[in-house]
Amino acid sequence: MPKKYQTPLLDELEKGPFPSFVTEIKKAAEKSDMAADELGQLEKSYRDRRGYGKHGGIVGVRGYGSGVIGRYSSLPEEFPNVANFHTVRINSTSAFFYTSKFLNEMCDIWDKYGSGLTNMHGSTGDLVLLGTNTENLETIFAEFSSRGWDLGGSGSALRTPSCCVGPARCEWANIDTLAINYAITQEWQDEMHRPAFPYKFKFKTAGCAVDCIASIARADCSIIGTWKGNIAVDQKEVANYEKGGMNIQEEIVNMCPSKCMSYNGKELSIKDADCVRCMHCIAKMTKALKATGEKGATILIGAKAPFVIGATLSWVIVPFIKMEPPYDEFKDLIRKMWEFWDEFGKNRERIGELIIRKGMREFLEYLGLDPVPQHVKEPRRDPFFFWSEADLAK
Amino acid sequence: MEKAEVAKKIYELVEKSTGKKKLKSSDIQKTVSAEAGVTRDEVKDALRDLVDEGKLIYTYFGGSFVEIPPKQ
Ligand code: HEM
Ligand code: HEM
Ligand code: SF4
Ligand code: SF4
Repeated sequence: MPKKYQTPLLDELEKGPFPSFVTEIKKAAEKSDMAADELGQLEKSYRDRRGYGKHGGIVGVRGYGSGVIGRYSSLPEEFPNVANFHTVRINSTSAFFYTSKFLNEMCDIWDKYGSGLTNMHGSTGDLVLLGTNTENLETIFAEFSSRGWDLGGSGSALRTPSCCVGPARCEWANIDTLAINYAITQEWQDEMHRPAFPYKFKFKTAGCAVDCIASIARADCSIIGTWKGNIAVDQKEVANYEKGGMNIQEEIVNMCPSKCMSYNGKELSIKDADCVRCMHCIAKMTKALKATGEKGATILIGAKAPFVIGATLSWVIVPFIKMEPPYDEFKDLIRKMWEFWDEFGKNRERIGELIIRKGMREFLEYLGLDPVPQHVKEPRRDPFFFWSEADLAK
Repeated sequence: MEKAEVAKKIYELVEKSTGKKKLKSSDIQKTVSAEAGVTRDEVKDALRDLVDEGKLIYTYFGGSFVEIPPKQ
């Protein structure tokens, strides 16, 4: 029988309408010594207002430099079962589709060799297994790899790429997010398992600007689906929305960020040349509006939660690129960006930080891209374009 | 240059900086390719063998490094 701890502070986190991680750890703690000690240590952390976990070090599986994150208790005498509490990241599937057979097997393996606690999915996008010993790592890796699974990314490496559900379930998808995610994963296995970057690098792919995977805030490279044609309008359906109680002027026209829509009470019209493809109108009037024409993606670079200068959203580098197999143009562009980062990046400097330090102008020159209006992130704040003498001679 | 020779150069470089400066994979690639006149891919390839054989390991101390495994 695992040890039972009194947890008055953690119990507070079980109240309210939301699922509680405390409830889940308690369930696991009924049969796992590791989960029980984790609960005890966590309660102590809340009581003392400090963390008792350490991380990093030299654990891993033979041949790989990522996928396992060493975690240790700084109170191993008091909580011996979490003296080691390593995290294992399993490379998730595109858009997180699993069979129930795999989920059952995964849970069995984890009950046998780990704490039984999982995190599906971590903010990294991985299928995260929480808490195991150093001795079990190779066995766990063998159990998963023999079933066709692999570890995900960690450390100064390509992190496990992730994507929105895209065309698998969503009619707004402009690109095949699942196929792109899979192609990226396969292309850069070495970059994922054998860390050789200055720091981490994340790809996230969203089918449209609704960005259900929050790529613009979380990825060093955001790939966001977009279109080149017009927005097709079905005026009959527009009238139905009005009949259904929608205030089209207020909720749609006035909320259009580029002010390119108008409504005369009968017809909704869109000046497509001014549309920035934000998806607001389409998401609100799904039955009436539809993106048409050529589909592709916008490539953005450089998001990170807390930068030296605060949280940063990613920045448009390529306004429109076709995203079809074998994605050669995209892959070449990424390799070139990594080259720039490898050449000039400091240890623990994300690519976005490097671009801010060196300047967007140098980055674009390195990539061989001409500045375009879409590169301007904030009007009057991006003076990175200067005429050279060669330009003046023209 | 033979892969084994490149591997030897890599190992010597890591050995030399042990206790002084932790090396990243890219440091090793840059230094060894310049000194031995081989491509970075060749260095990567030899480094991969060294890690697969367990002669070198990846460590993580706020960033990923390549080091000699500790003696048990
Ligand atoms: C009642 C007084 C004032 C009003 C209502 C006013 C209003 C404005 C507005 C609306 C803008 C444009 C902002 C934008 O582009 O988003 C502007 C810009 C500016 N104003 Fe004023 N302003 C006033 C007084 C002043 C004074 C006294 C000065 C200088 C001593 C000044 C200097 C400027 C400058 C330098 C700009 C910026 C130009 C730029 O955007 O690059 N303003 N002002
Ligand atoms: C004859 C006098 C001046 C003229 C014709 C003039 C003209 C301009 C123009 C055309 C701009 C750019 C506006 C834009 O980007 O849309 C500007 C910006 C600005 N001006 Fe002046 N200006 C004059 C005097 C001054 C003085 C005396 C000051 C301050 C004491 C001043 C401070 C600024 C500032 C702070 C900006 C904004 C710079 C930026 O946003 O990067 N200007 N001015
Ligand atoms: S980001 Fe767009 S395409 Fe992807 S699931 Fe969300 S709405 Fe659909
Ligand atoms: S997609 Fe956005 S910018 Fe374009 S018309 Fe709709 S609301 Fe306006």
